[in-house]
Amino acid sequence: MTLPDGVERRRIEGESVLSTRGEPISDEPTADGWRRWDPHRSKLGAMLELGMETGLRGGETALYLGAAAGTTASHVADFAGPTYAVEFAPRPARELCTVAASRPNLFVLLKDARDPASYGHVVEPVDVVVQDVATRGQARVALENRVFLREEGRLLAVIKARSEDVTADPEQVFEEALAELRDGYEIIETARLEPYHDDHLAVIAQRR
Amino acid sequence: MNARNPTGAWFEGLEPDDVDGAAEAVRDGRATTPREWAAEAVDAGVVPDEEAYYEWLHEATLAAATAAVATYERADDQQLIHAIRALDDCQRVVNELTERLGEWAGTHDPEARVDTGYVRSLAERDPESPAERRLVTFAGRIVALEDETRELRAFVERSAPEVAPNLSALAGAELAARLISLAGGLEPLAKKPSGTVQVLGAEQSLFAHLAGGAPSPKHGVIYLHEGVRRAPPDHRGSAARALAGKLSIAARVDHYSGERRPELDQELERRLERIHARGRE
Repeated sequence: MTLPDGVERRRIEGESVLSTRGEPISDEPTADGWRRWDPHRSKLGAMLELGMETGLRGGETALYLGAAAGTTASHVADFAGPTYAVEFAPRPARELCTVAASRPNLFVLLKDARDPASYGHVVEPVDVVVQDVATRGQARVALENRVFLREEGRLLAVIKARSEDVTADPEQVFEEALAELRDGYEIIETARLEPYHDDHLAVIAQRR
Repeated sequence: MNARNPTGAWFEGLEPDDVDGAAEAVRDGRATTPREWAAEAVDAGVVPDEEAYYEWLHEATLAAATAAVATYERADDQQLIHAIRALDDCQRVVNELTERLGEWAGTHDPEARVDTGYVRSLAERDPESPAERRLVTFAGRIVALEDETRELRAFVERSAPEVAPNLSALAGAELAARLISLAGGLEPLAKKPSGTVQVLGAEQSLFAHLAGGAPSPKHGVIYLHEGVRRAPPDHRGSAARALAGKLSIAARVDHYSGERRPELDQELERRLERIHARGRE
């Protein structure tokens, strides 16, 4: 597996870990300006740690859906080009604003990922959509946002089983989500994110 | 779409130094088809180059998001705290005035009672003397204050789930509001250890305990939760401890992520169910 340019495995606090170079967030572990990218706190980090072929090269234009407090979005902005971070909940967005303030290529949008037209006037066509939204209808969100992907553009999504149905069997939820995704995407690779995140399925897909 | 704004681009019709206008456009604009906005802005001569475009966009998006967050924060936990405290004040004053009215009305009317129904009927009456006129308008004020209490309660029920969705789901809107009020806000509540949450509202007994002699309080205001109230007396302490633990987690999720996590409800339910079952053995 190849890591994108700008993501490196480095020794931080005595451990060999994934890291990106950028302004640190609060008191996270760093070494020589490289910030630890903790796969336990970031699903995209877990995808890279598990060796999935994300197709990321570094420098791409990215749309990040479900940026929350900006932990992962900040790492993406560290190695990518223009990065649009969409988050609906105002509370985590305060932290996200702080993270974006020191990253000129990170654009915060307080918008609902289920309503792409509400940010279509700002977001340009992108090389990659990263999706981590904890709402019902996660496959739907990916389909709705397909409009932002360039030809050959990739979707890196995580499906959280509990967001769809707390009581259902996760495998069942994943199968239904994948079936729905195939309406607009070709699935390239999937993997469960254990031991980093329980009941999450990572999906790498290409726009069809 | 119109002639002045054919593509829906956020920067249409704006000057590059207009950050407020840009923030507004980011917030309110729409376009169903994304385009190469950076290149279009340069082609249209709105900005000299893409670097200037991204700098402007960064400023505009940050200003829009920061403003939205600030508006939201003004409208949240502090408003809820004022509302629940106002609700308690109204309730207390209604009770006091109802007693005062009952006492006074008893001198005019042998049927006088100290209750809401009586206050309402009195407020409708035609007064026959100057003193009775005072009584009737006095009753009218109490009725109005009761109506206000009901409105305040409805406001709390509505806004607590917006401020703290998980805490409100687990505790109910009113108890959630009380916990936030006792802690002084959602953030301070989220930062308290669950043992403190367990005895919030029982400060008097807690200090009596700390001063020596008195037993430690098993629960504070969370006693209002039926999971504690319905627990068998010997297991009420465990129920309170379990509930406080889950409520603390809910408050932390609400504060730090704001995301609704329905699995918390089920975890609490299962936990309380086990404790209640212990009492039936």
